[in-house]
Amino acid sequence: MSKVELTVNGRAVSAEVEDRTLLSQFLRETLNMTGTHVGCDTSQCGACVVHVDGKAVKSCTMLAAQASGSEVTTIEGLAAGGALHPVQAAFKEHHGLQCGFCTPGMIMSAVDMINRYGGKLDEKTVRAELEGNICRCTGYHNIVKSILAAAEEMSGAAKVAAE
Amino acid sequence: MGIEGIGARVARKEDKRFITGKGRYTDDMVVPGMKHAAFVRSPHAHATIKGIDTAAAASMPGVIAVLTGDELANDGIGSLICGWMIHSKDGSPMNMGDWRPLAQSKVRYVGDAVAIVVADTKGQARDAAEAVNVTYEELPAVTEAVDALKDGAPLIHDNAPGNLIYDWEIGDGAAADAAIASAAHVTRMQIVNNRLVPNAMEPRATLGVYDEAEDHYTCWTTSQNPHVARLVMSAFYSVAPENKLRVIAPDVGGGFGSKIYIYPEEIVCLWASKKSGVPVKWVADRTESFLTDAHGRDHVTTVELAFDANNRMTGLKVDTIANLGAYMSLFSSSVPTYLYATLLSGQYTIPAIHCNVRTVYTNTAPVDAYRGAGRPEATYLLERTVETAARELGVSPAELRRTNFIREFPYQTPVIMNYDAGDYEASLDAAMAAADWSGFAARKAEAESRGKKRGIGMSCYIEACGIAPSQAVGSLGAGVGLWESAEVRVNAVGTVEILTGSHSHGQGHETTFAQLVADRFGVPIDSVSVVHGDTDKVQMGMGTYGSRSGAVGMSAIVKALDKVEVKAKAIAAHLLEADESDIVIENGQVKVAGTDKALGWHEVALNAYTAHNLPAGMEPGLKEGAFYDPSNFTFPAGCYVCEVEVDPDTGKTEIVQFVAADDFGNIINPMIVEGQVHGGIGQGIGQALLEGTAYDRETGQLLTASYMDYTMPRADDVPSYQVSHTVTACPSNPLGIKGCGEAGAIGSPPAVMNAITDAIGNNNLTMPATPQKVWAAMRA
Repeated sequence: MSKVELTVNGRAVSAEVEDRTLLSQFLRETLNMTGTHVGCDTSQCGACVVHVDGKAVKSCTMLAAQASGSEVTTIEGLAAGGALHPVQAAFKEHHGLQCGFCTPGMIMSAVDMINRYGGKLDEKTVRAELEGNICRCTGYHNIVKSILAAAEEMSGAAKVAAE
Repeated sequence: MGIEGIGARVARKEDKRFITGKGRYTDDMVVPGMKHAAFVRSPHAHATIKGIDTAAAASMPGVIAVLTGDELANDGIGSLICGWMIHSKDGSPMNMGDWRPLAQSKVRYVGDAVAIVVADTKGQARDAAEAVNVTYEELPAVTEAVDALKDGAPLIHDNAPGNLIYDWEIGDGAAADAAIASAAHVTRMQIVNNRLVPNAMEPRATLGVYDEAEDHYTCWTTSQNPHVARLVMSAFYSVAPENKLRVIAPDVGGGFGSKIYIYPEEIVCLWASKKSGVPVKWVADRTESFLTDAHGRDHVTTVELAFDANNRMTGLKVDTIANLGAYMSLFSSSVPTYLYATLLSGQYTIPAIHCNVRTVYTNTAPVDAYRGAGRPEATYLLERTVETAARELGVSPAELRRTNFIREFPYQTPVIMNYDAGDYEASLDAAMAAADWSGFAARKAEAESRGKKRGIGMSCYIEACGIAPSQAVGSLGAGVGLWESAEVRVNAVGTVEILTGSHSHGQGHETTFAQLVADRFGVPIDSVSVVHGDTDKVQMGMGTYGSRSGAVGMSAIVKALDKVEVKAKAIAAHLLEADESDIVIENGQVKVAGTDKALGWHEVALNAYTAHNLPAGMEPGLKEGAFYDPSNFTFPAGCYVCEVEVDPDTGKTEIVQFVAADDFGNIINPMIVEGQVHGGIGQGIGQALLEGTAYDRETGQLLTASYMDYTMPRADDVPSYQVSHTVTACPSNPLGIKGCGEAGAIGSPPAVMNAITDAIGNNNLTMPATPQKVWAAMRA
């Protein structure tokens, strides 16, 4: 058994878990935070993406013990004080989701992507960056549109803040 | 239409829970005392079971129960069935082999369930499942349908000699032969429609809970049709009587057909819950999904299409062998017959059509409906053949299609279907204009200068949706009726609940169904709730598949709304002392036309429930139900154009343009409809370029059993799509809608393949057109 202590969405949590417990399993089963989904078990589909210390990570590929001491943000922690994150709002406005199963991972990857590129994203880059996130419903069209719209809004907001 | 009514581009009501991580899928469910299941599965494609030793597994940490097929049989649990009877052309019924939920004497494909282990944790259940010692005696296996029909092929079910399930035909063979014999030109093709794995992103899952005190079962499951699941589990599998069985399909993460069927796991987990005294949850991992979800397609076909001297089609002859896998899944028999051969007339006047279909057992996963179900197979063979014919005849593909389009409606095809409305030239023109077809030659030349081979291809599809008139499908062998139900409950404060037998697993019903109410009564969609997916809450319904939730499901809602409207108007007329025929409902007001006399919608509702002053003899309340049985199929149709560039050095295809012009009749929410088309095209491009299901021909092992082996379309494999609509209203239902869920997957594969073969100048290419295959075809 391993003692795991970490911060999830700003809240300190700790638990004794089997050594083999994956971070995705820890979030879903130990903490009952089921927004993070598991779609493939082989680190391909990206439904399980969360942020660990500010970086997008496939939580099905990381042991909970490895994440001990880290700051983890999940889809449940993205909307600050009830206001949707601009990426969440863009997915709704541009119909970037259908069944919703890949959506948490898509949104977490998109936030990370926009952060890394500082909002300087074009369609080709977004499509290449989404290599690790599979969606079966949307044909990606509206996901790409949502991410580009959110990137534009976030970089616009960043510019305003800078001025 | 109003800002939220029919035709409005309304953002989805259901999105908030999905974008904030608050969706509720089956694997998210937790009940007190819940334990976890793992299935022991056959590692062999074909073997007899000589013995099962569970002792070691039963003594492992955390293990509560290890249960086998003999115990399941002793408790009277029935075999899985196929619910659509097809007769061979000699009149004999199809040969349905026995499918036990847990195999007893024999396993027939890799993944066949043999035993279930229930344990405290998922990990413990899996560890113990590995310790169950099953002694197998391996038998030779066969995976390809063509091989399974050969003399000396391994026999999979004793009651299906030669592995033949049925040998069925439709149409007039003599007339088709005569047309071919006297033709000015005949185009002949060999067509393979590749086997696909549906791959909804949410793996299948179930949670079975037996309540001993009430002798009652609850089944949470990833289903597209919870009532059908309850009916089948009750009537055929003897799990529990219907009134003792509640089936809940909560949020479901995509279906595409694969979640229509009732699989062994739901049945076994319910039974295991009673047997072991604990709630039992099972969630497939992705490899289990690949191994055991019903697959799609897998046809091998020869086609002959005859033309007269004026390039008019005179006859079509089709001979298909369809692989149905190791067992007959719930609707498997209907897919390569009535959902396939009845669409072979396409958009064309073809006086004589004949199709023969042999379906075959193999040692592979069961095959059933996958997005489009039969219609993609029909469209692919016809549109590849028409395109090939145009090349052989030296006419443009558009001209050959125009020459043969059906132009008068209703049109009776030689293969059952009666097309009620359409304008095929309109969608062809729209697609060609959007694609700038006439500018293609210049684009091709420019690509050539960069060393790329550019090609263009089209496909003109038709499909049958609005499935289906109950009496008609009953006469064709269906074991169920295919109507839909709805109940509209107006609450005393004027808010509205719609209880629908349809099920949403991504289609946005909570929004579009609410738009119908907003349109009718002028109330905001936020005051309308859509309830679905729970047999305890919703009246019997048939569920969602075959693009039926609009044309059938919404028609049922319209019928119920009609009844509510009549009653609301009668109440208002009484209160306002006016004639019922003078009452109109607009913008949330119930008014006497041409006067200022009006009541708020909520006032009428409240009066219905206070019942202090109702018309004489009227029952209190404002709640009406309806069942809608369609009078015909609906016939969505359209034209897709695909433009590709092929790299001659690598064989890699890039789709540089994809245009869709669809006629879905009237549209409730264009944003959602476009999303459905995008998704369908994505899957169709996947079939054409990337997805191929490979079994080892000797051992029957599934070689493509993870996302590292089976190529799912990623965002950088597909382009942005140009989607538009032409409209001929459907005359067969009150909303004039046809259905849009499958069109993208039906129309796109032939457009892609026609474009690639045009680019490389070699028509001999099969799906998926991988770089390796394209590279080789360029050098053949």
